Amino acid sequence: MTEPALRTAALRKDFGGLTAVNDVALECRVGELHAVIGPNGAGKTTLINLLSGDLAPSSGRVELFGRDVTGLPSHSISQLGVGRSYQRTNIFMRFTVFENCRLAAQSRLPSSMRFLKPAVRYREVNAAAARAVELAELCGREQVPATALSHGERRQLEVAMTLATRPKLLLLDEPLAGMGAEESARMVELLKKLAPGHAMLLVEHDMDAVFALASVLTVMVNGAVLASGTPEAIRANREVQEAYLGSEDGE
Amino acid sequence: MERQPRALQVVLLAGLVALVAFPLVGEKFYLQFITKVMIMAIFAMSLDLLVGYTGLVSLGHALFFGVAAYALMLLTPEYQAAGFWTSLGASLGIAALAALVVGFFVLRTSGIYFIMVTLAFGQMTYFYVHDSSHLGGSDGKYIYVRPVLEIAGWSPFDLEKPSHFYYVALAMMVLVYFSLRVLLASPFGRVISGIKENEHRMRMLGFATFRYKLVCFVLAGALAGLAGWLVAAHDGLVNPEMLSWHQSGQLLMMVILGGMGTPSGPILGAAALKVLELLFQGWTKHWQLLLGGFIVLSVLLLPRGLAQLFESWRRD
Repeated sequence: MTEPALRTAALRKDFGGLTAVNDVALECRVGELHAVIGPNGAGKTTLINLLSGDLAPSSGRVELFGRDVTGLPSHSISQLGVGRSYQRTNIFMRFTVFENCRLAAQSRLPSSMRFLKPAVRYREVNAAAARAVELAELCGREQVPATALSHGERRQLEVAMTLATRPKLLLLDEPLAGMGAEESARMVELLKKLAPGHAMLLVEHDMDAVFALASVLTVMVNGAVLASGTPEAIRANREVQEAYLGSEDGE
Repeated sequence: MERQPRALQVVLLAGLVALVAFPLVGEKFYLQFITKVMIMAIFAMSLDLLVGYTGLVSLGHALFFGVAAYALMLLTPEYQAAGFWTSLGASLGIAALAALVVGFFVLRTSGIYFIMVTLAFGQMTYFYVHDSSHLGGSDGKYIYVRPVLEIAGWSPFDLEKPSHFYYVALAMMVLVYFSLRVLLASPFGRVISGIKENEHRMRMLGFATFRYKLVCFVLAGALAGLAGWLVAAHDGLVNPEMLSWHQSGQLLMMVILGGMGTPSGPILGAAALKVLELLFQGWTKHWQLLLGGFIVLSVLLLPRGLAQLFESWRRD
């Protein structure tokens, strides 16, 4: 089997006396969509922050593409081929949709210490940005400032920017948060389309979406992994039902 | 390059024509006055690169202006002229080096802390210069002869002549203006605006933002150095006040008054502040009261600066 895109071992993060992430080991391969679920406060976003370099782990190890990256700063992790999207939309509000994607794509130039040629004349950067816009189905909205987008479109832009950096591993923190049914369906389609070419780690609350998308599920409770396996196995797992699924059946 | 509003383009072009023609009719006093305004405009543009485009509000920018001015003083032998390019190069170099060192520390902070540490570095240098007798102490020192440019015995201009100095300052100002516009449209320029807008996201996109901020800080420092060199050569005098936080503060006022993050704002701001200062000084000894009142009014009415006056004409 190929090397996993992402592997963690005994990953732990303490905030003072609180252990937000406790002894987490997981793997994610290209072509795999690994969903992490769990009740609020289970440590899912903290886990993503540890993987993306937003936070440094207290102990344990993060490996990307077979390389130890524990404690590397976020920009270095990004350059290794990791794209991250945020739970709370995190885009350049005053830039247009295209400029958001163009700037994201520009990050893949060997260096942006270039001072003379206008940025908009870098063909390969424009092409990568256009492709991301198209993938995220934002065609026709390129020149709209991000502030003028609907919530759903902003979420799409968030993913488009992540894609414009041509990541191999995608870390998606609740891409469906706050979306209406129609918008959600569109995003689920987009994620399905992306799944074959990428390794994806997804944190999500929407159980319908998770079970429709995920090839592997990890359930977290109080910072630790409760169970991990195929969606069928997780659905059948009694512990999980008690701890999590059962209590949120009504959702 | 980003297109400017048509009205502003017309105003800028008319202004340029007027500036080019002015020495044909203007008196020496006004020639020297406008030369100073143009130098301050260069200085203000350098600060706007930090404040307006990168979102780094510095209250210590006079440091780089001052060290470049003092560098010219130190490089000028008594009663002899310093070389034009050597002294200019040395002044820019020392300002850039100072910016590299200061930037390395201050860019680890942000927001209010950034303001405080830039202020601290500025004041440290101010007091050092103020209390150093070999630098002239609180009185400063004179530069008796202006730098001379000679190419094989021929010199294209003579800085001792007010009109020549005027055109050198004008050429430098225009050069800095267009260089900054090219810079801001480049990939580097897009990175710094991204940093201003959302630095965290820039890092997450893979940009090592510290590096870009440091380069930007050094560029801004070097440009401030250019202004410092010009002022010292023009006035024939350096003194510690050039490094003081008053200088930094006045500069920040010019940028805010003119319009942060607009290419022509700093020029408009520098011109407005200097012209009003001159005007009000002629009226009353309480001129600072008038100037203060004007600034309050203009910030209230034109929060995006004087450049905003021209924006509203955009759809003519």
